[in-house]
Amino acid sequence: MAVVFEKPKSLTDVQLHYCPGCPHGIIHRLVAEAIDELGIEGKTIGVAPVGCAVMAYDYFACDMIEAAHGRAPATATGIKRCRPDNIVFTYQGDGDLASIGMAETVHAAARNENITIIFVNNAIYGMTGGQMAPTSLPGQVTQTSPYGRDVNHCGWPIRVSEMLSTLEGPEYIARVAVNNVKNVKNAKKAIKKAFENQIAGKGFSLVEVVSACPTNWGMTPQQALAWVESDMLPYYPIGVYKDRTAAKEAEGK
Amino acid sequence: MAERVLMKGNEAIAEAAIRAGCRHYFGYPITPQTEIAAYMAKKMPKIGGVFLQAESEIASINMVYGAAAAGMRVMTSSSSPGISLKAEGLSYIAGSDVPAFVVNVQRGGPGLGGIQPSQSDYFQATKGGGHGDYRMIVLAPASVQEMASLTIKGFNLADKYRMTSMILADGTIGQMMEPISFEDAEIETYEKPWALTGTEGKRPHNIVNSLYLQPDQLEKTNFERYERYKIVEENEPMWEEYMMEDAEICVVAFGIASRVAKNAVVAARNEGIKVGLIRPITLWPFPTKPLAAAADKVKSFISVELNMGQMIEDVRLATGCKRPVTLCNRTGGMIPSPEQVLESIRNAQKGE
Amino acid sequence: MKTTQILIAGFGGQGVLFAGKFLAYKGLVQDKQVSWLPSYGPEMRGGTANCSVILSDSPVGSPIITVPDVLVAMNLPSLQKFVDSVAPGGKIFIDSTLIDAKVERADVEVFYIPATQMAKDAGFSTLANMILMGKVMKECDAVAFDGNKETLESFIPAKKAALIDMNCQALQAGYDF
Repeated sequence: MAVVFEKPKSLTDVQLHYCPGCPHGIIHRLVAEAIDELGIEGKTIGVAPVGCAVMAYDYFACDMIEAAHGRAPATATGIKRCRPDNIVFTYQGDGDLASIGMAETVHAAARNENITIIFVNNAIYGMTGGQMAPTSLPGQVTQTSPYGRDVNHCGWPIRVSEMLSTLEGPEYIARVAVNNVKNVKNAKKAIKKAFENQIAGKGFSLVEVVSACPTNWGMTPQQALAWVESDMLPYYPIGVYKDRTAAKEAEGK
Repeated sequence: MAERVLMKGNEAIAEAAIRAGCRHYFGYPITPQTEIAAYMAKKMPKIGGVFLQAESEIASINMVYGAAAAGMRVMTSSSSPGISLKAEGLSYIAGSDVPAFVVNVQRGGPGLGGIQPSQSDYFQATKGGGHGDYRMIVLAPASVQEMASLTIKGFNLADKYRMTSMILADGTIGQMMEPISFEDAEIETYEKPWALTGTEGKRPHNIVNSLYLQPDQLEKTNFERYERYKIVEENEPMWEEYMMEDAEICVVAFGIASRVAKNAVVAARNEGIKVGLIRPITLWPFPTKPLAAAADKVKSFISVELNMGQMIEDVRLATGCKRPVTLCNRTGGMIPSPEQVLESIRNAQKGE
Repeated sequence: MKTTQILIAGFGGQGVLFAGKFLAYKGLVQDKQVSWLPSYGPEMRGGTANCSVILSDSPVGSPIITVPDVLVAMNLPSLQKFVDSVAPGGKIFIDSTLIDAKVERADVEVFYIPATQMAKDAGFSTLANMILMGKVMKECDAVAFDGNKETLESFIPAKKAALIDMNCQALQAGYDF
């Protein structure tokens, strides 16, 4: 019988701890598939964040390190500068990357640090139980914005991909989603490209994955995916925000 | 003997680190330690190493964490306010048992404080600073020569015990020049099977981590770590004794304070006062043995410090409070004069 | 066993630290024990600057000088700040082009050298510091005068080697004053 689907080699057999309906499992699989397909598992070093994906170090079969909250791009920089021939990626959530770790993110991008960043944006702090994130939408109800995010009081959500794409530094910035099959397939392509860029030495590649948090959004998984489509994606449009190589090629034509 | 050269203390650290095999430096500018970064920026590219100015102290210590986890000899350097920012990373490095080398060229505090020499980060260095149960090896050079030799020693100890070694210097020793000779650095090498190198498909994945959600697991890890610390406490204390043979008063001082104290001891001896000096070279592990032994012989102790009295607590603990310990200090970037220390010695002689 | 504690003080930009460095290197070359300690701070130019140099036949204790044997003052504020700290029997060297005041202490030996004017007249207007060092070496037997060129060559970078001869001339001018 032909095998049509199997667990990627780059994932261990450890059971994931994520909530039912959480897209982290899908995103982990996409990352692992990209690593498998590129044949780089043996030289890949992953950096886990603080947040829901904190225990990613148990799930990916490559060498892993657990970074301090928000510091994954700095830790990845330290590793990559020591071991330029290894492939180094971080896997970070919105609180980790866009709040406490914004400086590390921006400066790694500005340096065009040759690393790959998987940025999971689900507009909420999941692990601590659903507090307002730097990417929570205006009016979004969370534990720490119980009357809805009031932008006059605590500001506007940050569009990370758009912001980083204004920098000269980075090679590739793209936003994808995992709320339907078509988007998952496109997400996979972007993630793989982000690793290919690193292999080719092109530099900083970040893929923002618009995700969902049914548990803390207080929705069923189906409702959550629908909310991604109706509320998240209009504020966070899917697209390639920067692709230096493609831009150069287009210029050449 | 190797050729004598004149060097600033900060430069001596940088050169010694390179000789110790350090090829990765991550830092952020702050007075009075910036010569270390400048030296590294100049040298590293020429020897195939990496100098990277990070966006913050926090980023730089986390770069050190990554590089250390990758199995490399790596360092950062800063001064007091910057070390506070690095405290988070120091705790992670300790919790993950990776070796790192960190320099604190102290300035006055708290807060932004000043930029003149100080020893007021003694507590921070020896008692923690970051969160959690952990220790760092703390080395206190008193000369430019020791800035170099303790740097090499620091890298070796860090690798040996999978800990952070910290040089706790001050602005004076960082900024001053003295002749120094670089003997061939004795580089000890240790296997690092835990390092992140990529599995190459040949072994299970290595995980560098400080998270233990099961409290019994975290307790076990901490107990094991403290077993290792016990070995450090047994084997690694370093100190210097000066004129202690017949001493009736014992001055205790480290770093620049010990240089001032030595002048005062000589002056007091000229007045016929039997006084000696014990200079801790490792502040953690603290040299309790010579101090406990001195407590059986001398009348009293004087702790000379550039702070409000921090090491004095360890002197009291080491001596079991058998003898009075008085404080002779300046703070905020001021340095006691030999005359001030001499006055303290005279007072001790009088039993005051 | 001789120890000489030298304090050099003036404005930033007058070459105070360089002058001290030169003496320290002289000591190094002549197998002395040496320490050199700069004042450091935010004033890179124009503020006050001083440095402490200790030259000794025995290991140097504290590198901080509270009672200098030798004071070199290159401006009035520096003289006023340090004149009373000089050890009885000590020596004070004053750039008399820039300092009008006279030292009133009787227990010290004072040398007034119009170093800034001499440097200007000789065509090396930035080397008043080295003229003063020449005089210091003549009047204090802390280090021997011989071998200045070799000492300078040992620490001046090659791209500034052209300045070495001029420095030697300035030292000589001070020595001969």
